[in-house]
Amino acid sequence: MTTVTPPTPGATTEPRRVKYSTKNVDVFYGAKQALFDVSLDIHEYEVTALIGPSGCGKSTYLRSLNRMNDTIDICRVTGSIELDGIDVYSDEIDVVHLRARVGMVFQKPNPFPKTIFENVAYGPRIHGIATSKSEIDAIVEDSLTKAGLWKEVKDRLDEAGTGLSGGQQQRLCIARAIAVQPEVILMDEPCSALDPIATARIEELIDELRNNFSIVIVTHSMQQAARVSQRTAFFHLGDLVEVGETGKIFTTPDDQKTQDYITGRFG
Amino acid sequence: MVTEHIVTKFDEDLNQLDNLIAEMGGHAEHQFADSIKGLIRRDTELAEKVILNDKRIDAIEVAVDQHTISMLALRQPMADDLRVVITALRIASIIERIGDYSKNISKRTVAITQSAPVGPARTISRMGDVVQGMINTVLDAYLQRNADLAEDVRQRDEEVDALHTSLFRELLTYMMEDPRSISACTHLLFVAKNIERIGDHATNIAENVYFLVHGKMPDETRPKDDQSSYTMIDDSDKNNN
Amino acid sequence: MSNTESNHIRLVNAIYEPIRGNTTLLEAWGFYLFNQEFELEIELSEDVIDPSGTRDPATLARANYRKVVFDALLAEFPDVKSRGDKRKLRSMLSRGASFQVQKLVVDDPGLIGQRINVVVPVSSDFDLYEKGVINKDVADADRRVSDQQMIWHDTLKERGRITTSFNTTFFTSADSREPELAGIWGAVSGSFFTMIVTLLLSFPIGVAAAVYLEEFAPKNRITQIIEVNINNLAAVPSIVYGLLGLAVFINFFGLPRSVPLVGGMVLALMTLPTIIIASRAALKAVPPSIREAALGLGASRMQVVSHHVLPLAMPGILTGTIIGMAQALGETAPLLMIGMVAFIVDIPGGITDPATVLPVQVYLWADSPERAFVARTSAAIMVLLAFLIVMNALAVLLRKKFERRW
Repeated sequence: MTTVTPPTPGATTEPRRVKYSTKNVDVFYGAKQALFDVSLDIHEYEVTALIGPSGCGKSTYLRSLNRMNDTIDICRVTGSIELDGIDVYSDEIDVVHLRARVGMVFQKPNPFPKTIFENVAYGPRIHGIATSKSEIDAIVEDSLTKAGLWKEVKDRLDEAGTGLSGGQQQRLCIARAIAVQPEVILMDEPCSALDPIATARIEELIDELRNNFSIVIVTHSMQQAARVSQRTAFFHLGDLVEVGETGKIFTTPDDQKTQDYITGRFG
Repeated sequence: MVTEHIVTKFDEDLNQLDNLIAEMGGHAEHQFADSIKGLIRRDTELAEKVILNDKRIDAIEVAVDQHTISMLALRQPMADDLRVVITALRIASIIERIGDYSKNISKRTVAITQSAPVGPARTISRMGDVVQGMINTVLDAYLQRNADLAEDVRQRDEEVDALHTSLFRELLTYMMEDPRSISACTHLLFVAKNIERIGDHATNIAENVYFLVHGKMPDETRPKDDQSSYTMIDDSDKNNN
Repeated sequence: MSNTESNHIRLVNAIYEPIRGNTTLLEAWGFYLFNQEFELEIELSEDVIDPSGTRDPATLARANYRKVVFDALLAEFPDVKSRGDKRKLRSMLSRGASFQVQKLVVDDPGLIGQRINVVVPVSSDFDLYEKGVINKDVADADRRVSDQQMIWHDTLKERGRITTSFNTTFFTSADSREPELAGIWGAVSGSFFTMIVTLLLSFPIGVAAAVYLEEFAPKNRITQIIEVNINNLAAVPSIVYGLLGLAVFINFFGLPRSVPLVGGMVLALMTLPTIIIASRAALKAVPPSIREAALGLGASRMQVVSHHVLPLAMPGILTGTIIGMAQALGETAPLLMIGMVAFIVDIPGGITDPATVLPVQVYLWADSPERAFVARTSAAIMVLLAFLIVMNALAVLLRKKFERRW
């Protein structure tokens, strides 16, 4: 008899377009190899979670997507990483412009020591997205609203960004990243420094953001990956062990290593 | 699942779950064996004992409920651990129903012994043996997480169904020949049905064991041979002899 | 006299008494902020100054003003007749007195023929006498100030002709052979111009070098060697820089000697390592998370440095710069090598005029034989110390003001 598979929660019905196509990516720090032959597709308008034990290469992979690894001298990236079909390491791509299309949010909230307004306005200014005062005001309000922070800070836009609470600071950093109108947002353990309520707010925000952005999130918490993502990739010691739909990975993974990791049989 | 969890308490909780199921299953096995024995030997004392002891099975089911809920909340089990917990919950519920059926058989035993002995004792005894074997095997299959053993149990249900169909015919024949045996035979019909249902429940447990091991339900249909639902005895023979 | 007034006077006397008559303390306190001055009624008679009546500036400049001034003093003591006595009386006047009157007349020839009151300085020996430094036990002929001169001095004082007033000359005139005319303004101007040159050279180069080394230089052996060398340069004796200045700037490039330009360049070389090291420390202290955040937004390396890192590091950089400047202000040895040890009487007007600096002025005065220069040396040291204290206080203030918590 034919079996009817009920849709897993959060799954999409039709496959999304591929935004980032990475093939055979190796990353070396000097002589030490951190990523081995990783091939992974990131789809548009969905959240892809990267999980795995410490030191497995997920942050390294994330940072090679927007060439943040360029700042480390001894780091070498080979293989093909294509954003909308163009290799990001090719000479045609301007790194500054790439990082405007692919934003990043870091583990520890790091707002600039400027006012809240200036924090969000900085990106659009340097990229020339907005020039007149009214344009900048509009972008700042829009980004802060999208980040769920507008109501809380609209009366104190000229206070220091560092005066907010941890969760608010992280939302400010997200607003700052959104303000340059990226296509992809990369998040490196964005909630690990936050309390559970702030974490829940950020997860809710991620869920809203995925309607407009493609999101890749590295997380140590499997429950968070399960809650927030539609696709999950499991990394181990520099290898991509398994990638698939989140529901499947957490109920019936194909690889034994994946199963052992998510059930807590090895760290 | 060769490796153990990093958190040993998690493994202890899972073992505790197995112990509870094993204990419950053991009780249910005994209850069934005693109920059949009581029926064959017309032993009302044994039957009374079975009726009383059903409480123990119910109590363990409550314990399993609580344990699985606590494990879901506190451990957030994933993948195979999640399946272990879910199937334990289901299997406990099935075993509790097996216990109830055994209790029902014993209740009817008390009623039957009030009239003259009648009936196809041998067939019933045969059926009881087969089903008892099924229960025993399927519990082993669960504790060993052995899907192949579980598959065997599924196949054996064919025999139980066949026995039930023939028992059904026999009892109908008895009732037609001797109207005085009708009450006893009716009770026996129900008893036969109970035993057949217990066999089905054993196969349910077997299917859950398969799910636990493989992550999906078995999709081949098992052979069902219970024709009793379609059986009619033609009483025109009697009228015509 | 009320109670508070008498207490006040008692207090002042208590402070004044230990100083008066105690030469060491005088020197130590550099008491020469106060000076003795004549108030003389001088008749600017036309026949002495400008007999021809042409009011020609050259004639006016060459007139015998000494006579004019001395006549006024003679008028106070009409019974001084003998040449010896006249000589002694004349020695009470400072040489600068006649130059002062000359300047007055040349600026305003209309004064000729009038009687005016002029305030002129007393010779420094009498200043010492007033402060009680002259040892009366020594024989009259061996002393700088004879008994007769003392009587004249006291008489003039009683008549109100000699008063004690604040020594503005010290702060407004350049160096001189006469202690009573010597001032530090020339040295201060020289120091000022030298510091300007040092600052303009060392600050931009130092900060730029620190930014390059910290942010842009690749982490290879060459960079390491440069870093080690800079650290070592900070410990090189300063006179070596003076030798370098002499050999390269003066001999090779032919720049003029003893000018603030060359002095500033030498001091800039000396201050550069200090500024570079302090700036690097300030740049290192900026947390890398700020840089990462800016890079992640798509800022270029230059934007990251100029918009984020430098503003945050600026307090530390400024503190290091001010400390470096304060060090340079007090440097003597390298400037001696490039010739700023000359006796300069003119106040420098620009960076290519010959000049001297405060520490060198202190050195020169300390070398002079006149007694009065001793205290002037101490006064100059006090001024130098005051500058240094002000600069260091500024550094502390800046640090406190801009202290931020990340």
